[in-house]
Amino acid sequence: MIDLLLEPFGYQYMVKAIWVSALVGGVCAFLSCFLMLKGWSLMGDALAHAIVPGVALAYLLKVPYAAGAFFSGLLAALAMALVRVRTQLREDAVIGIVFTTFFAAGLLIVSINPTSVNVQSIVLGNILGISDEDVVQVAIIAAVSLVVLLARWRDLMLVFFDENQARAVGLSPMRLKILFFVLLSACTVAALQTVGAVLVIAMVITPGATAYLLSDRFGRLICIAITLGVVTSAAGAYASYFLDGSTGGLIVVFQTILFLLAFVFAPKHGRLAAARAARAVSEMP
Amino acid sequence: MSVSATGLSGSDDVKPSIVVERVTVRYGNGVTAVNDASFSLGAGTICALVGINGSGKSTLFKTLMGFLKPARGSVSIAGLPVRQALKRGLVAYVPQAEEVDWSFPVLVEDVVMMGRYGHMGFLRIAGRADREAVEQALARVNMLEFRERQIGELSGGQRKRVFLARALAQGGQVILLDEPFTGVDVKTEDAIVALMRELRAEGRLMLVSTHNLGSIPDFCDQVVIINKTVLAAGPTQTTFIHDNLQRAFGGALRHFRLGGADLHEDADERHVTVITDDERPLVLYGRQDSETQAPGTTNGETADAGKAEPVKDAAP
Repeated sequence: MIDLLLEPFGYQYMVKAIWVSALVGGVCAFLSCFLMLKGWSLMGDALAHAIVPGVALAYLLKVPYAAGAFFSGLLAALAMALVRVRTQLREDAVIGIVFTTFFAAGLLIVSINPTSVNVQSIVLGNILGISDEDVVQVAIIAAVSLVVLLARWRDLMLVFFDENQARAVGLSPMRLKILFFVLLSACTVAALQTVGAVLVIAMVITPGATAYLLSDRFGRLICIAITLGVVTSAAGAYASYFLDGSTGGLIVVFQTILFLLAFVFAPKHGRLAAARAARAVSEMP
Repeated sequence: MSVSATGLSGSDDVKPSIVVERVTVRYGNGVTAVNDASFSLGAGTICALVGINGSGKSTLFKTLMGFLKPARGSVSIAGLPVRQALKRGLVAYVPQAEEVDWSFPVLVEDVVMMGRYGHMGFLRIAGRADREAVEQALARVNMLEFRERQIGELSGGQRKRVFLARALAQGGQVILLDEPFTGVDVKTEDAIVALMRELRAEGRLMLVSTHNLGSIPDFCDQVVIINKTVLAAGPTQTTFIHDNLQRAFGGALRHFRLGGADLHEDADERHVTVITDDERPLVLYGRQDSETQAPGTTNGETADAGKAEPVKDAAP
């Protein structure tokens, strides 16, 4: 029995998949704490789709896929910012237009050069088949992002909470927001390998949303989210060995299960707690 | 009382002031929000900033916060350009309730700690001085027992006090308060006013944007009246008068003038003017054609003008 449970660790590709997933899951969870608080969750989705043409082009031109992805993600972010500032359109419409355009361009590039990339590995991810080269890229991106976030999370929190106060204590909200979106694009690129473009959105939202139900303190919320991200990602990669299922699918399913548990049982913000509170109020004389 | 003693090392020896010189602010879409505005304020001052919605009050605040850059003219705070004043933590800001995301996962003490960022190192790790400043600031606004509450769980008045505490913890010598009395009960309003008086006695400078016209003569020693530009600025006694308010508010305010037969049956020539911008009304007492008289100069009748409920009720 124990031998069976330890079996995945006997394969190098499994060990690699587990730790890379855990690392990426942790950083994405860190970012999710910020993203979900601003109502910018769709931005994560948009970025994930917007990097597809960059990846396709990068494979076509034989440059590191991370460079291509990062470039097209940045381009998409700039396009969104530009349309947002120059028109009266609402944010969701702007995001919708930009990311579908980029995604369509990506599909088009792939379909015109069918041999250059496997579109499925971009859209759905393929952590089990990740090359050593890609592992290095992912690890560097994740490690650098993690260090930057650890150093700057308090400043980012202030900017997200109260830009005016950020300004009053001498911070530059503009610069910090750019930093955040650069990190987000970079981590989306990294997560692309593990869960694919479609499910990245879950990685950069669900852990933060779950932690939000469990804590009223931002610092603690970050710790909870990172733990959730690391554990579910590692567990997803591990379980995919036995179930022979998609790693991305399993990671996101695990994250959703934890979210649902928090939704029902969270000590203060869960449904049961709410029901108890309502009963306590109605029983008051 | 000694919050300022733990304040930013450089802010104690600074004499707070605001000098706005011929400032014009334009938005990206070409709309001029403030045109050729000038006024100046010194240390130990509470100044009211009044004007109708859209008169440029918040534009002016944003300019003082360095968020908007004037197209023309200059702003200096404590003799420094806005950016430098901000860098030195001289300017504290108490936001309007609507500007704050109350569901944000932060506790009361976390919010107050945000005032200390300018005093911390690169990683923003709170030291003993920071924790002490937070505690003192919370004690001063009487919110110490709520320090571990999530901010959304507080009442309107408590929320205001938390943000005031943040301004105190920051040690800002210039404090900008945006609508501090909106959604606040009378008791809290009195507590805020009492605190502001203490801060004035310490030599700080407060600029208060408010619709609460009635209480302005109570605690503001200076008034700036704006409508796209500064219409009048100066001591409350000589500036906060009927004619200036009439120019600033025009027909935009409830404005009742009650006299003669409305009030009494004998031939008394005195009359009462009530001006209200939705909150505590301003009541001016005057004789025929002498309305330019400042409130409070007649015989101190305006001292509790704001509480003149019967007058307000008598209005149609």
